Amino acid sequence: MHDNEHTEHHHEESFISKYIFSLDHKTIGKQFLIYGLIMFFVGGGLALLFRWQLAYPDQPLPIIGASQQYLDDGEVVTGTDRMWERIYDSDKEEWLEVNMPSGVITPEFYNMLFTMHATIMVFFVVVPILVGAFGNFLIPLMIGTRDMAFPILNMLSFWLAVLAAIVMVLGFFVPGGHASAGWTGYAPLSADPQWTGVEWGLNLWAISLLLQGFSSLVGSINYITTIINMRAPGMTFFRMPLVIWSLFIVAILLLLAFPVLSSALALLIFDRLAGTTFFSATAEGGGDPLLWQHLFWFFGHPEVYILILPGMGIASELIAVFSRKPIFGYRSMVYAMIAIAFLGWIVWGHHMFQSGMRPGLGSIFMTTTMLIAVPSAIKTFNWMGTMFRGSIRFTTPMLHGIAFVSMFVIGGLSGIYMANTPVDIFIHDTYYIVAHIHYVVFGGSLFAIFGGIIFWFPKMYGRYMNDVLAKIHFWLTFIAFNCTFFPMHILGVGGHMRRISNPQQYEFLQGFEGMNIFITMSAFTLGFAQLILVFNFFWSMYKGKVAEQNPWQVNTLEWEAPTPVPHGNFGQIPTVYRGPYEYSVPGEESDWIPQAEPEHAPATGGD
Amino acid sequence: MLQWLPENVSTYGQSVDNLFYAIYYLTLVVFILVMGTLIVFLIKYRHQEGKKADYIEGSTTLEIVWTAATTVIVFVLAMFSYPQWNNIKSPTQFPENPDVVVQVSGKQFNWDMTYPGPDNEFGTDDDLELENELHVPMDAVVHIRLTSIDVIHSFFVPQLRLKQDALPNRFINVWFEATKAGRYEIPCAELCGFGHSGMLGYLNVHTQADYDAWVQERWPQ
Repeated sequence: MHDNEHTEHHHEESFISKYIFSLDHKTIGKQFLIYGLIMFFVGGGLALLFRWQLAYPDQPLPIIGASQQYLDDGEVVTGTDRMWERIYDSDKEEWLEVNMPSGVITPEFYNMLFTMHATIMVFFVVVPILVGAFGNFLIPLMIGTRDMAFPILNMLSFWLAVLAAIVMVLGFFVPGGHASAGWTGYAPLSADPQWTGVEWGLNLWAISLLLQGFSSLVGSINYITTIINMRAPGMTFFRMPLVIWSLFIVAILLLLAFPVLSSALALLIFDRLAGTTFFSATAEGGGDPLLWQHLFWFFGHPEVYILILPGMGIASELIAVFSRKPIFGYRSMVYAMIAIAFLGWIVWGHHMFQSGMRPGLGSIFMTTTMLIAVPSAIKTFNWMGTMFRGSIRFTTPMLHGIAFVSMFVIGGLSGIYMANTPVDIFIHDTYYIVAHIHYVVFGGSLFAIFGGIIFWFPKMYGRYMNDVLAKIHFWLTFIAFNCTFFPMHILGVGGHMRRISNPQQYEFLQGFEGMNIFITMSAFTLGFAQLILVFNFFWSMYKGKVAEQNPWQVNTLEWEAPTPVPHGNFGQIPTVYRGPYEYSVPGEESDWIPQAEPEHAPATGGD
Repeated sequence: MLQWLPENVSTYGQSVDNLFYAIYYLTLVVFILVMGTLIVFLIKYRHQEGKKADYIEGSTTLEIVWTAATTVIVFVLAMFSYPQWNNIKSPTQFPENPDVVVQVSGKQFNWDMTYPGPDNEFGTDDDLELENELHVPMDAVVHIRLTSIDVIHSFFVPQLRLKQDALPNRFINVWFEATKAGRYEIPCAELCGFGHSGMLGYLNVHTQADYDAWVQERWPQ
């Protein structure tokens, strides 16, 4: 049989073909996961740097900053003073001297920091982990096949992402510094080096995102093909787990959205290097800065749903498994995700209410945007319906699932304020927006990621993650997250603009100093709490308690595979007899019936 | 939470604040109901020995109810918002015959204010240019011709509840009527370069008498 041939061919593998240039979807998934976690620390570190500046504007950073005495009268007191003295004495223009003289972050560097924080978190952390790691690891296992449709494309997708990350990080070290026009890169600020003084930094930013775009494109084609063509016998579309549905929808979004960004980036590079004026409003050029915003957000809003939909999928798995109940309204959950994905294409203008876009368009975009509340409400109520009369196990993955739902409720509700055009006049470009995006992407996507990692870790590495550490990590993260981002709503209500490096320059923001310091303290706590997760992750990989094949008693196919999952995944491809959420079926002895268990009549199916 | 809103000093600011309050109470009630229910569920339906979960696959009635309810709320909210938005931002609905017209031009990193002078025409000899200082009378309709000479800036006066991006090579009109004399900050709200933080102008709202005196001083007749 072809399937058996496939497994036998891969018996002998060198270290390089097994761990580096691997074609195995599971290895590529793990590679994406570790890649995402590394970039998570880069992106988070950048955030801590600018949070310091916001709490203590123009004061030297702790640990590496010079002493106050050195700043005042040049007297060398501490070891760091000596370091700065040496840097200033050298003839070379040292990197530290340019970006943070004496440990004080310059406004130019501040702009690079928040630009790269968002760019890295969006393109190099959340998408690679949710789509790259979970997508690769879960899709073949959960639909019951041996690998992705195109293993070589899959490997290419990962190594393109690595190349993109290298190019992106290199940008910090070129003369002129890194891109500093915000992750949104609004033209003309981004389109002409004369406005920022940034030369190759921004070019590298654009080139890196182009590479990342290719990586996503290749990955999404693979996901779509695999899901459509390679489902196990009996695995109908409406027997697919919701996380697979979410990844399927997201792959379609990626396939359609990323080329728009790539086109915009290509035009931007032409503007910067070839002197075209697609996005410049010079009288003779004929370009338009708003064109960039339309293109960017036409990509950008579907991108936001790319960040949240797989989170919704993961949370659905966690909540159903640990409530020991079928998903409440499985089909309406699927339709709601499709509705969100569809609406995602016709709401981009809500980022542009105050941009000078025709006000009449604003009203239309307000309506479509607020309509997203409908599928979001459907999902929330269905998650609650799933817990209703369940038998809830408060495992650590479930805690993350519950946190996902509650944080998503806050992020969803705060979205209504900015969808409302008159209210948006005031809160646009304030910290209200920053609070909202973090409640959705950190409170939503990241809690789902954490929950997903702990949940699937036993299948990935054959061991449990340490539960005590995982619980400490959860509670610290949950509390510090809310302490960091909830007060940002209040800053926003006070009119505190985003992307300013020194709020103390404004009379009307004087009352917020204490709050900014509190946010920074919480952010540092939040950052350090993540070290626990990473320690736990790598420690448990080698020292964790050995896990059995199906430790959480889950129905879906990935748990049918032996642990650790061999190359080719399944001895024999399983046949699917029912939907993925047959928990606590009346009259049954056990409270779960695996999808592949044949002796039960298929009539009990959840489809 | 809304006590943190800066004081409102414009005629239309109250309508923005009212919507803000309406959404605040709406979302607060929804939040409390959802979270309350969630917590009750978590306690009531926690795993207990010997107790199995109920097999419930869903409820079409409930799906229809919450879909319809959310849709209705959304449309009602939108209906109340259209007129306010048009009132503030649609040039066709601006109060006609403004008392004062000023051109405000953003540039890295200042606001240039240009007054047309007594002849009410821009580009003539009696134009007056001021850096970062905007003077207007109280209780009067002010039209701003907003533009930029380099990158995108955003004209933001928190107390007026007014924000509008300024674009190079385009003139965007906005209006306001201030109801209280005072000196208010005009920060730039759109990232515009390394000097974005601290790009700051001032709106000086004068009583009519003070404003007349200021005009007299600037354009002596």
